[in-house]
Amino acid sequence: MFVTPAFAASEQTTHGETHTETGVADDGHGSGLFPPFDSSNYPSQLLWLAITFGLFYLFLKRMVLPRIGGTLEFRRDRIAQDLDQAAHMKEEADAAVAAYEQELAEARAKANEIAQAARDEAKSQADAERSEVERELDKKLADAETRIASIKEKAMKQVGSIAEDTAETIVKKLVGGRIAKSEIAAAVKAAAA
Amino acid sequence: MANDPIHQFQISKWIPIEVGGLDFSFTNSAGFMVATVVATGAFLFVTSSSRGLVPSRLQSISEIAYEFVASMLRDSAGSQGMRFFPFVFALFMFILIANLFGMFPYFFTVTSHLIVTVALAMAVFLIVVIYGFWKNGFGFLKLFVPSGVPVVLLPLVVAIEVISFLARPISLSVRLFANMLAGHITLKVFAGFIVSLSSLGFVGVVGSVLPLAMTVGLTALEFLVAFLQAYVFAMLTCMYINDAIHPGGH
Repeated sequence: MFVTPAFAASEQTTHGETHTETGVADDGHGSGLFPPFDSSNYPSQLLWLAITFGLFYLFLKRMVLPRIGGTLEFRRDRIAQDLDQAAHMKEEADAAVAAYEQELAEARAKANEIAQAARDEAKSQADAERSEVERELDKKLADAETRIASIKEKAMKQVGSIAEDTAETIVKKLVGGRIAKSEIAAAVKAAAA
Repeated sequence: MANDPIHQFQISKWIPIEVGGLDFSFTNSAGFMVATVVATGAFLFVTSSSRGLVPSRLQSISEIAYEFVASMLRDSAGSQGMRFFPFVFALFMFILIANLFGMFPYFFTVTSHLIVTVALAMAVFLIVVIYGFWKNGFGFLKLFVPSGVPVVLLPLVVAIEVISFLARPISLSVRLFANMLAGHITLKVFAGFIVSLSSLGFVGVVGSVLPLAMTVGLTALEFLVAFLQAYVFAMLTCMYINDAIHPGGH
């Protein structure tokens, strides 16, 4: 304690002044000193400060501060833990979203594939059916043409005899005579040629 | 007597005790020390008892005080300084509540007595010196030898550093004491003007509005000073503790 003696000394020198300044008002108080510089009450103040502050310090150190510090630490831990958990949950949610999107993409690709296959099949079936129908129609057409050709040929064959008969009848009616069948046939042939 | 601005600092004995010729009476000063300690301790104890995960209002007051002092100490002295946290916290709360108690009319202001602030400052000073030597040995003396000073100037600089180090308890104690003393005297003087002016009749009553306004303003200022001085005291304590832990690091 190197301050106290210094103040004790300064107090001695200022004693007179303070006394005269405050002396009038200080009637009835033990000493006429300016109270903070009155060394007679130092021991009491030091003792009671040591007791009260010492007990206060011990009380805070043993009882109060560990409790407040514990509460704060517990809260900090709890917040950190909750944040961790939240981050973990977010991760899980992100993973779930990613899996869902992947599945969705896969399903979409599969659906496209199926649709494509169905379209291809339908198309090839339609093509096959059409070609068959076309073939059948072609065949029918060809049949019909051959029949028409044969009928035409037959008809053309009969044209000569019909013309001979007709010519004979016409000649008979016009001329009234008889003409040899072979003559008529030659004439028809010449006309047809 | 009512207007005497010094009267509020009088020590009056409540329970006279005398041991070996020294006066250890339980005085009004001791009474207010006990009141400060009991009120503060009880408040902190009760509000922290619920240990709520979500703090109640009162609980968060004690937690804010805790965090305030803890961050102040950690910022200036690092995590090693946290071993002094109970001391700094007790110091801050004691000075703060003693100052605030002094703001009640007719209450005694414990910190307006030089011997109290000197005792607190000496406690800080001795802790710094003893812990500094205990932890660093003679390396603690590096505190007085700033690095990068030319050898020629070294004796002068060391002398200045030593003097400024020894002046710390004086400045620490006188700052708090003088602030509290001067503030309370000023408050009392201006409040006294109101009374003396009012006794002068109508003009005096009208005129006393000025000191009244001044008293109101000073009261607000004194509440600020009460907090600020406790903060300054605790802050400087943190910085001195930092010197004890890291003597070469400034």
